[in-house]
This record gives sequence, structure tokens and C-alpha cells, in this order.
Amino acid sequence: MINNNYIPVIGLEIHVELKTVSKMFCGCKNDPFGAEKPNIYTCPVCLGLPGALPVPNKKAVEWCVKLGLALNCRIPLFSKFDRKNYFYPDLPKGYQISQYDQPFAIGGWLEINSPQYIRKKIGITRVHLEEDTGKLLHAQVEGKKVTLIDFNRSGIPLVEIVTEPDVRSSEEARLFLKKLYQLIRFLDIADADMEKGSMRLEPNVSVMLKNSSKLPPYKVEIKNINSFSFAKKAIDFEVKRHTDILEQGKIPVQETRGWDEKKSQTVSQRSKEEAQDYRYFPEPDIPPIRWTESQISGFKSQIPELPDMKIKRFMEEYGLSGYDANILTDKKETADYFEKAVKASPKISKAIANWIINKKADITKISPVELIELIQEKSQVAALPAGDLENIIDKVIRDNPKPVADFRAGKDTAIMFLIGAVMRLTKGQADASAARKILEGKLK
Amino acid sequence: MTSKSIKITVDQVRHLAKLANLKLNEKEIKNIIPALTSVLKFVSKIQSLSTKNIEETSQVTGQENVYREDIIDDKRMLSQEEALKNTKKKYKGYFLIDAIFD
Repeated sequence: MINNNYIPVIGLEIHVELKTVSKMFCGCKNDPFGAEKPNIYTCPVCLGLPGALPVPNKKAVEWCVKLGLALNCRIPLFSKFDRKNYFYPDLPKGYQISQYDQPFAIGGWLEINSPQYIRKKIGITRVHLEEDTGKLLHAQVEGKKVTLIDFNRSGIPLVEIVTEPDVRSSEEARLFLKKLYQLIRFLDIADADMEKGSMRLEPNVSVMLKNSSKLPPYKVEIKNINSFSFAKKAIDFEVKRHTDILEQGKIPVQETRGWDEKKSQTVSQRSKEEAQDYRYFPEPDIPPIRWTESQISGFKSQIPELPDMKIKRFMEEYGLSGYDANILTDKKETADYFEKAVKASPKISKAIANWIINKKADITKISPVELIELIQEKSQVAALPAGDLENIIDKVIRDNPKPVADFRAGKDTAIMFLIGAVMRLTKGQADASAARKILEGKLK
Repeated sequence: MTSKSIKITVDQVRHLAKLANLKLNEKEIKNIIPALTSVLKFVSKIQSLSTKNIEETSQVTGQENVYREDIIDDKRMLSQEEALKNTKKKYKGYFLIDAIFD
């Protein structure tokens, strides 16, 4: 049920683990999902041992800047890391190295679009780099409830993307997330697997009266979302809940809630009694970062062709429809495959697109050249001589007196059986609509 | 804030204790107020300095852009056994602590 007097106001916070070889501030292996045992990829830096010194991973910093550029952000020439102080067992140092007031990228946008949707730009507030925490497991050991800690994930480079509160529906949130995922995959900087938790979404949701000029005086942060569909469900649930509360003349409590998939609802994760007090201060162990304009333009030139540009080019260069171009560029691998095949046989670009889109061949198993051979083979057979088709149709009519009689008696659907018989005899190579025409002509 | 106006409340000490992950009893809180006040008074003297023409800084080494390349440093990595060597409680290769949820 949608109450039309209210509209959702949603901002998104997304964390993405970068797929560098090593961790953010030390040379430990970055492979928490591949690790066979807990606590095998650690060192004094990512265990927070006294005296250990962090040194930033150059590639992670450059990837963060490139993501910022791909999100149309401005890259300030001066940037630094800061300490975010809080106590939690997954954070052995007692602080997280993050970025506070001078992040790597600020003030960008990402355009969302879909076949049914109006184009819309979602503002990007900032993109910054930090380190991931260790992983906590809640277990029972010798009858006692305990928490177990694995630091394999501790110190993995983590990018945080924060949007403006521009998102107005769960569908827009889903489209944004999909678009961001696609962008990250094209940049080839992260796996961004939501189920594994290498991409994590925290929407901030509130609801306001449609004609209101001021943003709502509260927001609810939702955690524990690990798929695109959970994101949509959780946001829809919250919007409905807030609308009901507002209808009663009350204001929802500002708090953090977690999505419970089993119950299909969000659950309060204890409201924060006091405002967060992280006491950020500049990280004294890491010298600041200063870019030159030419470095930034260098990063820009290294950004590969991104989905939107690819869609446009595919339409212009290969004469594809917007719909087809969209599907072919959904994944970089598919787009690359298509272009390899087209290069080998430019004349049949539309047929190649059609074969890939309709999954007539498994492109993970055959090479682009093999695909072209297959298309050519099939198109030769498909051009079944007109006489052959007529002969086959005559045989079908002879062999199936009952459906023929049914059709003549006015039962129109009986023709489907006869078309089916033609397709069987031609092993699917006849044109079904041509067969129908000939059949109808003969049975009149 | 001038040094004379410094006044620390019990609530502020409680808040600070929470942030510092310290458990303080009522007596300790009472004792810490004068101690903290004198430290703050001392430190606040710095506010009498004029910083009008001084640029803000958080780094005094003059270094910038210090990185490491993205390569694995096996030599510094610890084995599981080494990583867990000094912890009081462990379980099947994990660090073990009291449950953080009830």
C-alpha cells in the first residue's frame, strides 16, 4: 500500500572491499574468503600491536581516486588519513584508519536509468578510503556464549561511497546499486559480492510529506543487507513503517535497524543513546597525499570505457537498439565477447547480438570465432528451400487427419499442433510463421 | 574557553570513561574531576597564543606521498600460532572473548 501524501528520502552508504593483492596498510595477503583457516594473514600492523607502522597501499589509493573520477567527482589535490576512535573487538587498534574532512573524492554523481525509468542523477557526496575490520563470530564454547575473532579481514582496503539523500524509492536504490556494481566491475577493482559481504549497503531512510521543503528531522540506518533484493525489501518495509508512524502524528525514532530476512522485517539494533563521538584526528603515522593536476589527468586517461559510453557506442557503431546495447554491456565480459565476434565478422553484428542476448549458445564455452561459425552454419540450413517446406507440410497434413479435420471444423488452436509437427520434421529450422501461412493456405 | 571557566561535570567524566572503555565507580569519578580539571587548565594555556598567521598542520616531518607497492610481504606475516601466542584465550585458531551480545 502506498500512501501518496508521503515520499521517501533515502541516502546510501556503500562499502566495497578492493581486490588488491595485499592489505591496505601492510603486506599481508588480501584473501579473507579464500583463507582456509582463521588468523593466517596477519602481522603486527593489522593486529594493532604496539609500535607497528602503517604504510598505504599505492594501488588501493589510485583505485579509490579512479572510482571517484568514474563517479564524476572532484579530486582535491590534498588529502589525508584520519583516525576514527572507538572500542569494538573487531578493531584491535582501538581506532580505524579512515578519512574524515579531506577524502580522496567529493561532489560527483551517477546516473541511473532503466528501460521503464526516467533518467536521474544521484548525487555522490564523497568517496573515501579506509580499512576493513576483523570478523566476529558468535558461538557457544563449553556451554558459554562467546565471541570469536578472525583478523584475516582486518586491514583490507575498503572504499566508502556516500550519496546525497536523492533516492526516492527502493527501485531507485536498487538501480543505483546495480549501476555502481557494474561500474566497479568495469573498473576491475573489486568483486563487489553482496552475499559474501565484499560489498555492503547501508541505506539511510526517512519519509516526508510530499510538498515539504525541509528534509525530515530524523533518519533510520538499515544494516545487514546482503543482496539487491534484500535492499529493496528492507527499504519498502521501512518506508511503510515510517508512513504509518507519521500518519499517527508521531516521528519515527532515529536509530539503527537490521534487516531480518526470515521475519521479512527490520529489527531495532538498540537506539544509540548518545551521539557518536569518534574524536577524529589526523593520522600521525601516515604523511598526507598531494596530487599534481597531471597525475589526476593521468588517472582519468586510464579509466576504461564505462557502461554508459559503451551503450552509446554500440548503438552508433553496430546499429543496435538501446535495449540490446544495454543487455550486451551489462557485463564487461559479454561486451568484450560481442566485440571480438563482430570484429571477425562485421556484417552479421545484429545476428551476433541476437544470439548472445537470446542465449542460443553458451558463450562461456565457445570462442567468438566458433560462435560465428555456428551462426553461419545455422543460417545456411535455416534457408530451407521453399519447395522442401511445402513437401514437408503436405506430409504433415497427410499424416495428421484428426487435427486437420479439427481445424477445418473451426478449432483454430489445432493449427499449433500442425506447426509443431512441421518444426519437428525440419528439426526446428523452418520459419514457424511461414509454415503457418502455408498451412492456412492449404487448409482453407 | 578561558582557564577560569573550566568546569568538568560528573556526566562528562562518565561520557569520557565510556569512550575510553574504562569502568569507574562513583568514588573514582569524584577523584578524577579535580585531576582532569588541573590538566585541562594547564593545557588550555596554549590558547593564549596568537595563531593568526600560523598555518594549520598535522604533520611536521615534511614528508608526503609515502606508499608501499601492492605486494605480499611474507617475511612480516605471522603464522596462526604466532598471531595467537600472547592472547589469554583462544579457540580453534580464533581469538576468544566474552560474548559481545547476550
